[in-house]
Amino acid sequence: MGVAIEVGQLSAWFGRTQALFSISLNAPANHATAIIGPSGCGKSTFIRCLNRMHETNPEARVDGHVLIGGQEIYGNGTNPVELRRRVGMVFQKANPFPTMSIYDNVAAGLKLNGVRNRRRLDEVVEHSLRSAALWDEVKDFLKKKSGASLSGGQQQRLCIARALAVEPEVLLMDEPASALDPIATAKIEDLIFELKQLYTVVIVTHNMQQAARVAEFTAFFLMGRLIEFGPTQKIFTNPTDKQTEDYITGRFG
Amino acid sequence: MSPPLAVPGNPARPGPRREQTAAGSRPKSGAPASRGLRAGRLADRLFRYAMLACGLSVIAIVVLIVFELFQGSRLAINEFGFKFFIGSDWDPVSGEFGALPFVYGTVVSSLLALVLAAPLALGVAVFVTEICPRPLRAAVSFASELLAAIPSVIYGLWAIFVLVPLLRQDVEPWLISHFGWSGLFEGPPYGIGMLAAGVILAIMVVPIISSIAREVMVAVPRHQREAALALGATRWEMIRVGVLRNARAGIVGAIILGLGRALGETMAVTMVIGNRPEITKSLLAPGYTLASVIANEFSEATEDLYLSALFEIGLALFLLTIIVNALARLLVWSVTRGTPARAHAQ
Amino acid sequence: MPSSPSAYGSRSVRWRRRLTDHAATAAAALTTLLVLAPLLAILVYLIYRGAGTLSWAFLTETPKPVGEPGGGMANAIIGSGIILAIACALGVPLGVGAGIYLAEYGRNRFGNLIRFTADVLNGVPSIVVGIVVYALIVLQQKHFSAFSGGVALGIMLVPTVTRATEEMLLMVPHSIREAALGLGVPEWRTTVSITLRTALPGVITAVMLGFGRIAGETAPLLFTAFGNQFWNLRPDQPTAALPLQIFAYAISPYDEWHRQAWAGALVLILLIVATVAAVRLVAGRGVVKGAA
Repeated sequence: MGVAIEVGQLSAWFGRTQALFSISLNAPANHATAIIGPSGCGKSTFIRCLNRMHETNPEARVDGHVLIGGQEIYGNGTNPVELRRRVGMVFQKANPFPTMSIYDNVAAGLKLNGVRNRRRLDEVVEHSLRSAALWDEVKDFLKKKSGASLSGGQQQRLCIARALAVEPEVLLMDEPASALDPIATAKIEDLIFELKQLYTVVIVTHNMQQAARVAEFTAFFLMGRLIEFGPTQKIFTNPTDKQTEDYITGRFG
Repeated sequence: MSPPLAVPGNPARPGPRREQTAAGSRPKSGAPASRGLRAGRLADRLFRYAMLACGLSVIAIVVLIVFELFQGSRLAINEFGFKFFIGSDWDPVSGEFGALPFVYGTVVSSLLALVLAAPLALGVAVFVTEICPRPLRAAVSFASELLAAIPSVIYGLWAIFVLVPLLRQDVEPWLISHFGWSGLFEGPPYGIGMLAAGVILAIMVVPIISSIAREVMVAVPRHQREAALALGATRWEMIRVGVLRNARAGIVGAIILGLGRALGETMAVTMVIGNRPEITKSLLAPGYTLASVIANEFSEATEDLYLSALFEIGLALFLLTIIVNALARLLVWSVTRGTPARAHAQ
Repeated sequence: MPSSPSAYGSRSVRWRRRLTDHAATAAAALTTLLVLAPLLAILVYLIYRGAGTLSWAFLTETPKPVGEPGGGMANAIIGSGIILAIACALGVPLGVGAGIYLAEYGRNRFGNLIRFTADVLNGVPSIVVGIVVYALIVLQQKHFSAFSGGVALGIMLVPTVTRATEEMLLMVPHSIREAALGLGVPEWRTTVSITLRTALPGVITAVMLGFGRIAGETAPLLFTAFGNQFWNLRPDQPTAALPLQIFAYAISPYDEWHRQAWAGALVLILLIVATVAAVRLVAGRGVVKGAA
């Protein structure tokens, strides 16, 4: 089951450059929250702070609070390695492990976590691939084909399956469909519909229609600041802030 | 139509000024212009041919090498054929020319070197590319450069006076008492011998393997590392799954490249291997390599057959290193292909 | 956050993974130290053993007969200089020319053949080059010579210089060439005065790296330059060379000669380190690429 995300006064830097300015928002459990905004507004940086990927950049710095399921992820008691298992991530460009089969790709996270039991691995791999709506397409050559031999859309669903296999509570998606054709995109969006019932989804997208289709809540970012956050319906039909309205109506970005 | 600028005999006039002169004073008749044009084209062609000649000279050099090697070894090939490399007796005085001891020595010393060097080189590569803090990186990299730059003869010098006594007094007795049962460490601890050769070769070969391995690891795209991290991998697991696994082929290539270098290494090995053409199981025994026998006995080879036998050894060495190096390059190329050549990858 | 499901929460698994991570980091750091230790050991030992014998006399005198103390390697130092000069005179123009051909005219199958051949040449063991040049030149001339030594080292210099020149030339942006051609500068002139001139610093550093590599080579000189206990400035006679002298002294049974071998090694390593360091400082480029 998913958990809620509470972000309080989150700021982030790349060396001296500040990328996020005191962001505060709450993403409720088992819902999808979309982050929209023009290029360079900090959307990706923001979600990378949610699974502590931002700090893998040597010059990165973070300030503020992020509570996931009530636990402060930047606190002393939190192990980033463990956190990243519970907060899964799907990247803009699908990145399956090219030297591993489809099966091994999905099982990768499990194996790292010490799961050795063959039957359990088989079960989880099948379950994850079904959840990612990929099972039927690949079930006949799970171990024979490499992860990189699939089409772009399939690869992305494979990455989703890989992330789901370790049973996260949150799923972060950084523009997951931006490199895909409309049909593949539609499949991913359908998937998100299913996924948010079991996980909390935070999805970064530059496609406003996508946000409207998929997410119950939307946050609008501009130049590292959160301009407005609320139910998607409201943001797109009756935004409070003028900048939000300008962006929605296409006056910039 | 280009203006008649390339008239030979006008060497150092800069371009722009010429342009103005030509534009200002167009030639009245067609002849000087076309002559200048032809001269210009001629100069281009001559230049191109000259450069082509240089390129061809590279091919010519290799062809010459192959030719001379075959020519030099013709006598021995006719006399012995392939039995040359199976015979295990090398006794030029009585006309026995069996090169097996050298093949054995070369292979064993090189493999020993690889067994020692590969894990060390990989450790360094992993450390420098993934673990080492930024400021230290340049220093470690430079140190590795220096190691690669030390000439073979100096490694040999150091080996004779420092490594060999160390082996003789401390390491080999220890090996004999603890691992003598394996048969690999038997006989008197001379110090010089196969082990010494293997160790000094390992030291020499580590920088090469490490450098290529580093290049290959850096070529693995960032998103692979991130994919592993996002699954909840520890740093070592990220390196294992996201980097090393992807760079596998290239790393194997790096190791094979190191092998190629070890096979052809002459001076340092000659100085510590003992130069005895025998095949012994014990690593503490003296041995002989293909390169060493040439270095030691070439000037003493008075008879034609003797000299020819040495040429045949040289030919074998040449072919061996070519095959090994080609294989290595293929592997490395398969991983780094697609990434722009980074001349400053260190 | 609810406690993790038993499959992942297992204490021992987490602990084991953390331990492995730390162990791997330690292992990597340790191997690095282990690898760099011989470097330190060699350099320190060189200075320790060589500095004492290094003196003005050492640098200016020729070897004394066995048994007499003193003497130096002046002839070897100068001899190396002569041989290396010949090697550069032969190898650099050929290498640069081949590199120019590959970069400007060789983006095709034939160019690939040359590239492949250069790589092959790079991997030929130096002793093999030595015996080939012996057969080619020494046998014909019936004597050893600095010239043949220079040829052997020059052959080894060519592939390094060729590859590096090509690489450097390819890095010069096309727009510069086109600017020159657009001004009416003929193609060959563009290549020499514009493209090559722009790439010159890189080419020079590559030549220096190649130089550093051949400066220490001994095997190719064994049967070409052969060595000489006396002065020789003529390129058609056997000539002493620093690496040759070091080798001969090192394997000799005389302590005095061992001492001189260390001093000679110190001189040689200083020369090479200076070259490598200068290149590093100026261009950030490495030596291993050329040697591999």
